[in-house]
Amino acid sequence: MSQEKYDFAHEDVGIHTTPAVIEPGHTFGTVTDKISSIVLRKRTPLVWWIGLGLSFMLVQVLMGTITHLVFTGIGIWGNNQPVGWSFDIINFVWWIGIGHAGTLISAILLLLRQSWRTSINRFAEAMTLFAVACAGLFPLLHTGRPWLAYWLFPYPNTMGIQPQFRSPLMWDVFAVSTYATISALFWYTGLLPDLATLRDRARSRFGRIVYGMASLGWRGSARHWARYETAYLLLAGLSTPLVLSVHTIVSFDFAIGIIPGWHATIFPPYFVAGAIYAGFAMVLTLVIPLRKFYGLEDFITERHLRNSAKVMLATGLIVAYGYMMETWTAWYSANTYEEFMMRNRFFGPYALFYWALIVCNVIVPQFLWVRRVRHSNLALFAIAMFVNVGFLRFLPVISIFEMRTMVPGAQVKEEA
Amino acid sequence: MQIFHHSTNTIAKVSIFGGLFLVAASLWVLAEINRSSYNTGQFIEVQQPVQFSHKHHTGDDGIDCRYCHTSVEVSNTAGMPPTKTCMNCHSQIWNESPYLEIVRESWRENKPIEWARVHDLPDFVYFNHSIHVNKGVGCASCHGRVDMMPAVYQAASLQMEWCLACHREPERFLRPKEEVTNMGWNIEGDAAAGVTANAENRLGENLAESRVKLGRELKKTYRIRDAGTLTSCSTCHR
Repeated sequence: MSQEKYDFAHEDVGIHTTPAVIEPGHTFGTVTDKISSIVLRKRTPLVWWIGLGLSFMLVQVLMGTITHLVFTGIGIWGNNQPVGWSFDIINFVWWIGIGHAGTLISAILLLLRQSWRTSINRFAEAMTLFAVACAGLFPLLHTGRPWLAYWLFPYPNTMGIQPQFRSPLMWDVFAVSTYATISALFWYTGLLPDLATLRDRARSRFGRIVYGMASLGWRGSARHWARYETAYLLLAGLSTPLVLSVHTIVSFDFAIGIIPGWHATIFPPYFVAGAIYAGFAMVLTLVIPLRKFYGLEDFITERHLRNSAKVMLATGLIVAYGYMMETWTAWYSANTYEEFMMRNRFFGPYALFYWALIVCNVIVPQFLWVRRVRHSNLALFAIAMFVNVGFLRFLPVISIFEMRTMVPGAQVKEEA
Repeated sequence: MQIFHHSTNTIAKVSIFGGLFLVAASLWVLAEINRSSYNTGQFIEVQQPVQFSHKHHTGDDGIDCRYCHTSVEVSNTAGMPPTKTCMNCHSQIWNESPYLEIVRESWRENKPIEWARVHDLPDFVYFNHSIHVNKGVGCASCHGRVDMMPAVYQAASLQMEWCLACHREPERFLRPKEEVTNMGWNIEGDAAAGVTANAENRLGENLAESRVKLGRELKKTYRIRDAGTLTSCSTCHR
């Protein structure tokens, strides 16, 4: 299906313990047969409909809660002054972070010529797109009047004013809309030759017309491929800085804030690592059942799962370092309020959540050092679930509720 | 087998341009509708229960604005005159005119006339007439040449950009306090520059240099605050 040249021979020889990127015996033809048959099969399996039905019901729950939110106001999330963000920013940051693994896989691994990415990049990119769409919901709903959310963009409006460019929320608007655009273009550009394959293989006239229009007249000529390769590389070049910049800007939502526990320089790297960490956990959460369900074990091999596990372990360690630094900074600052914030996090009303977070995000992933664990799909899935639950890493947001009287103005008053 | 005709290639290429053009064009149309009088109500004459002509009373008879709108210098609202104000004159003149039957009826039954509002600001805006009038903003600067309007219409868009155009550069729109209710106020140089008093309502119009110079002096004399304060959110949205 993909344009990249598989170095089958190289993958098979060498260290025999490393599983192949693709199981032996496959040619481009068999790969294409297998994958297009999943899309073009006549009867959609019943299980798929059941899955769709369940998801649909959950979407109805979302619709119900959004209706309640719009009619009641964002106070139901716990937003007030000076706690301007709460539930909404947790969801926003978590979802946007999930997307980063997709971008890392598709862009950075492409530039680094990691050919193993090819088996999982398309679905990881799709995951990114959906994650960005989910993330986008929360800032929109946070405005309280989502139908006026276009006010976030600088356009020649009748109010004669522009958005506040000094606010990190404004930077978010640009970071996320750029991210969404580039991700969509990247995903679609990569998809073009595959859509053309589906067009050529589709049996129904309707399928041919739909795939034909979607593939934009792709014929697979040498010129097409040359342009495709250039465009794909350029988009990869554009996406690569986004992996770092988007979540850096998202972390500024906190770090630019002046509340103890938020105002920290460690936040950008800590957030980027956390994003890739959670993203790879989500990749594993999705891919382990997916390859089983669609019988894709030949293409998404043990190799992919293990590589993902290693990325998860590495980024997890950076996140653990972030937790350590937060604690250390609180002590080193010699600032009463920073210290109180940390002590409150350790032993205060949210202590249970903090220690659950440490278990999920720091302790459990250490099992990935063990080879046997990395080689067990079940164990990998379980650890990925733990990391997913570890979105408790946004505990800083929640426990900041306790800090509501600690904006600098209030601090001065108390010290006086 | 060929599903798509040759022409599809052209259609595809045109639709790339067409798509961009359509998006740009529809955004432009929306922006135009937003600023049009269909949306703002600007320039649309409002029907009143009595056929009262500002042109006649102000332009021809020369009655000052404050004769009827009494609270304009001391209150947030300019004030609508009670029927008594009408009857000051109309108990004597035109006292049998059928056009004024509604006024007399209101007088007899002690029930106010229900005038239709022409200038309606949104409720989230705090606006005070007295501060503007006392700092040298003329009636005509916002309301236009009411002395030329048989039926009054909203002369400005009342959109926020219109408010801010003045709050950002008040010196361009100031006049001496004693000239505030003067509908046709001009100073030397205005005529030469082809500026009419009504020009203030059109944003971006070049005013005569002498007028802007006077405005700067008045801004100092009347101690009008700096643009930063005047354009602060809470100056108008309290």
